Amino acid sequence: MKAAAFQPVYTKIKALTKATCTLEASGVQYDELAWVDGRTAQVIKVDGSSVTLQVFSGTEGIGTKAKVVFSGSPPQLKLSPLLAGRYFNAFGIAIDDGSELQAEERDVKGQTVNPVRRQLPSEFLATGIAGIDLNNTLVTGQKIPFFANPDQPYNQILAEVALRADSDRIILGGMGISHDDYLMFREKFEQSGASDKIVSYINTSEDPPLERLLIPDLVCTTAEYFAYEKQEKVLVLLSDMTLYADALAIVSNKMDQIPSKDAMPGSLYSDLARIYEKAVQFQEGGSITIIAVTSLNDGDITHAIPDNTGYITEGQLYLKKDPESGLTIIDPFRSLSRLKQNVIGIKTREDHPQLMNALVRLYADAAEARSKKENGFDLNAYDLRSLKFAQAYVRDLLDVQLNIGPEEMLDRGWKLLSDHFEPFEIGIRQKFIDTYWPK
Amino acid sequence: MTKGKIIGILSNLIQIKVLDSVKQNEICFVEKGSQRLMAEVIKINGAIAFAQLFEAGTGLQAGDEVSFTGELLEVSLGPGLLSKNFDGLQNDLEAMPGSFIKTGQRSPALDLSQSHKFSPLANVGNTLMAGSIIGEVPEKALKHKIMLPFKFKGAYKLLEVAHAGVYKLDDCIAKVEGEDGRVHEITMVQKWPVKWPIKVYKEKSRPSDIFQTGLRVIDTLNPITEGGTAYIPGAFGTGKTVLQQAIAKNNRADVVILVACGERANEVVEIFHSFPELEDLATGGKLKDKTTIVCNTSNMPVAAREASVYVGMTMAEYYRCMGYKVLLLADSTSRWAQALREMSNRMEELPGTDAFPVELPAVIANFYGRAGITKMADNRRGSVTFLGTVSPAGGNFKEPVTESTSKVARCFYALSQKRADAKRYPAIDPLGSYSRYLDYEEFQQFSEKHIEKDWIKKVNKAKTLLSKGIEARDQISILGDDSVPLDYHLDFWKSELIDFAFIQQDSFDAIDMNSSLERQSFQLNRVLEVCDRSYEFEDFSAVSQHYKKLINLFKQMNYSDFNSEDFKKFNQQIEDEFKAEQIPAS
Ligand SMILES: Nc1ncnc2c1ncn2[C@@H]1O[C@H](COP(=O)(O)OP(=O)(O)OP(=O)(O)O)[C@@H](O)[C@H]1O
Ligand SMILES: [Mg+2]
Repeated sequence: MKAAAFQPVYTKIKALTKATCTLEASGVQYDELAWVDGRTAQVIKVDGSSVTLQVFSGTEGIGTKAKVVFSGSPPQLKLSPLLAGRYFNAFGIAIDDGSELQAEERDVKGQTVNPVRRQLPSEFLATGIAGIDLNNTLVTGQKIPFFANPDQPYNQILAEVALRADSDRIILGGMGISHDDYLMFREKFEQSGASDKIVSYINTSEDPPLERLLIPDLVCTTAEYFAYEKQEKVLVLLSDMTLYADALAIVSNKMDQIPSKDAMPGSLYSDLARIYEKAVQFQEGGSITIIAVTSLNDGDITHAIPDNTGYITEGQLYLKKDPESGLTIIDPFRSLSRLKQNVIGIKTREDHPQLMNALVRLYADAAEARSKKENGFDLNAYDLRSLKFAQAYVRDLLDVQLNIGPEEMLDRGWKLLSDHFEPFEIGIRQKFIDTYWPK
Repeated sequence: MTKGKIIGILSNLIQIKVLDSVKQNEICFVEKGSQRLMAEVIKINGAIAFAQLFEAGTGLQAGDEVSFTGELLEVSLGPGLLSKNFDGLQNDLEAMPGSFIKTGQRSPALDLSQSHKFSPLANVGNTLMAGSIIGEVPEKALKHKIMLPFKFKGAYKLLEVAHAGVYKLDDCIAKVEGEDGRVHEITMVQKWPVKWPIKVYKEKSRPSDIFQTGLRVIDTLNPITEGGTAYIPGAFGTGKTVLQQAIAKNNRADVVILVACGERANEVVEIFHSFPELEDLATGGKLKDKTTIVCNTSNMPVAAREASVYVGMTMAEYYRCMGYKVLLLADSTSRWAQALREMSNRMEELPGTDAFPVELPAVIANFYGRAGITKMADNRRGSVTFLGTVSPAGGNFKEPVTESTSKVARCFYALSQKRADAKRYPAIDPLGSYSRYLDYEEFQQFSEKHIEKDWIKKVNKAKTLLSKGIEARDQISILGDDSVPLDYHLDFWKSELIDFAFIQQDSFDAIDMNSSLERQSFQLNRVLEVCDRSYEFEDFSAVSQHYKKLINLFKQMNYSDFNSEDFKKFNQQIEDEFKAEQIPAS
């Protein structure tokens, strides 16, 4: 990237923090991109003639006489079908050994889709995982995060889900992911044979944290390009949004903003919503589906980051280890897909909604029985039956390693019910019991 | 008009050096090439005005010109508002071209060249005051009253009024003369600043009649009245939006205004998608015809979130003045409060609790205060019933927005995470929630007359059974199934019966989603009657067996049309279940 010829060079920095620098400059635009001693920076405050820049790779070693040059425009990105199969860093610079891209540049801060021009997302997105397809059915155009503790293999599962789901294009945004996980993504993508439909923007834990702030805009702009202009079915993967939010907090702190809950900026909700709301089903056919990862601190979902995320996304997939079998499952209680209503029982078999709810309700009975047992009480016959059911439910359906079709999931569900319960115990419409109860 | 120049930019807060006088809350425009970006003054300090931009600040520069309008944020009021989809500043979203909303793009709420069929109702020579009816225009199923604009102060004489006929919105349909002898031309459209309550009514009355929501846990256990207020706090995913949308579908109001404030775009799309297909229970017409949507989703300008709730309220008050029953729903009021917080932080104000501005409680109180039943000078009665959702951080109700709202809203529908996790929908906590209207003598009289005799006694009986059930459950879980008397199990299962058969309701089932008052009263009586019967049970598992069978039958009834063959069949099976139990076990 080069500065436009007429831009003056400034060499007098007035103030520096770890993340920002302030100088006197004129004719500067809000959100404009700049370089401080060659490092990428962006205008985040204008106060009279004094301008504050956020320096993405940090200000270590920057002197008060460092050269500051403004680009004359907000951050931009080169868009072209040739992005496919490539890997870039947070500045959109290639990190694979491919050639430099020749394409037109576009502003990365895209516009809002007019809500009346959105289409109701109603296309079933199958993954083969019953914890998703059966209990928390996904729909194209949806936005949903995995909530996961650090010990969960969330990036592996994310990659797995992405490759199994039907899509024309996958855009990966890595924010603070470990280098090992980056390599894991690369390897899985290459093995799948689908790597030429994938575009990746990667910031690993070795890169400066503030650079992460640039990733979502690059990812979303690219996604919008393929979904709107090329009418493709685009799947966006964002991992790890918690580390993105942490970077937001650093900047707001250096700007002396009053923090709200958990030292997060008061605008966290709006900042996250701006990204997630890029998920859309266009009337013209293209769509953006966002599957993200929000890593948790010790399972605490009341922390401001998962909490605000939950208020924005269309549900969450809560990864956990089943205490009895040790298998990784998607917790049927805390997980939710809010768009499932648009497809279950409509695009899937009619008994899907009621069957799914019945299974979860009975699994809850088992959880209660388990805590009864832990508290040293005798279990009654029903308790014992529900515990047996829960074991089979985890083994035959919930285990994320399984890969089964939607009809098969429903059939297995009915089998589990009839193996362990009587029809009157399951609270399902008589009509469905008459049709689907295994004879 | 006053001009100014930008001297500071911080996200959507701009500082403007002004060259002449400005007003608090005045609207101004940043002139940026061909774009005009709208902003509202929120603080003035000497010659510097602070304004919140209703757009992103990207590309703005110090020195950019600003022109002030002299006006506050106003909405247009006139025929044609119903069934429209507006953004938070009352731009008509349908009228905007393209898939994306461009920076600075606007489109008027009402198309002034549109024609409407006007019929005069006032006579030449009549004395009129703000809110007096001049004529009417058919709008969907309603008769849209054309009133003397609310900004008119004092008495006016009607000099001329148009004959019945078709007129454009901005045609003059009447001339009036003020006490000062000045003559004014009246059109079918007027403007009103959104932050001022429309107070052209004679008086406000105390609520008395139930406002039917079709939800048993509300209408029966904690009813909201016409002209009443309610708030629905709950952690994410506990069912606030589903609940509001259910109410938007089931109600019998004349007009519904839905404000989607800082929430998901897809939820609004869902309404766009379903409402044109759904039937309005009040008229049999289309639900969309009585519904206006104000939608400022979370990715739309933050500053317009605050505006959106006021825009919704002002339109609600406008239809109330005509004499209609209006329902206003806002989801979520917390997003509006957060928008206030974002601005307050950027202005470096000393914050209150959780960094919210200190005036938050007053702002919320004033807003809820705008709901209610009003009587105009000619005694026509209208109402605004308001339900707002609250999204407390971490699901913890001890936070400023929930607490401030609790002081002003009369009904409290607490959504419980535990119930939501257990998929016991709607997740309204039946005992933790309340309706202050149950204590209103006016409501008690109403229920005796229009629901049934001793209604409130029965409701309280159901609540007592529920709380006994909770106690019993606690005892059972402390002492164990075997170590408590059988009565504990009975108490517990009675409360489960009330929960499953009555409180829980499936908002996604075409039949169960809406329950008429008649059906609710039948159901409550049936459930209470079943709870009253006493039997000898052999042991606690016999108790649970018995009640599970009853629950199943009640649920099957809920899924059947009221008084249909199936309904009667399941009701009969409940009787049979009792007969079966009569046979001694030994
Ligand atoms: N009455 C109900 N019947 C069946 N399912 C429900 C009901 N209420 C809520 N749900 C389920 O819970 C999900 C979340 O509900 P909803 O979107 O109303 O939550 P919310 O409280 O508005 O959350 P947020 O604060 O994040 O907007 C729904 O998508 C649906 O799956
Ligand atoms: Mg909601």
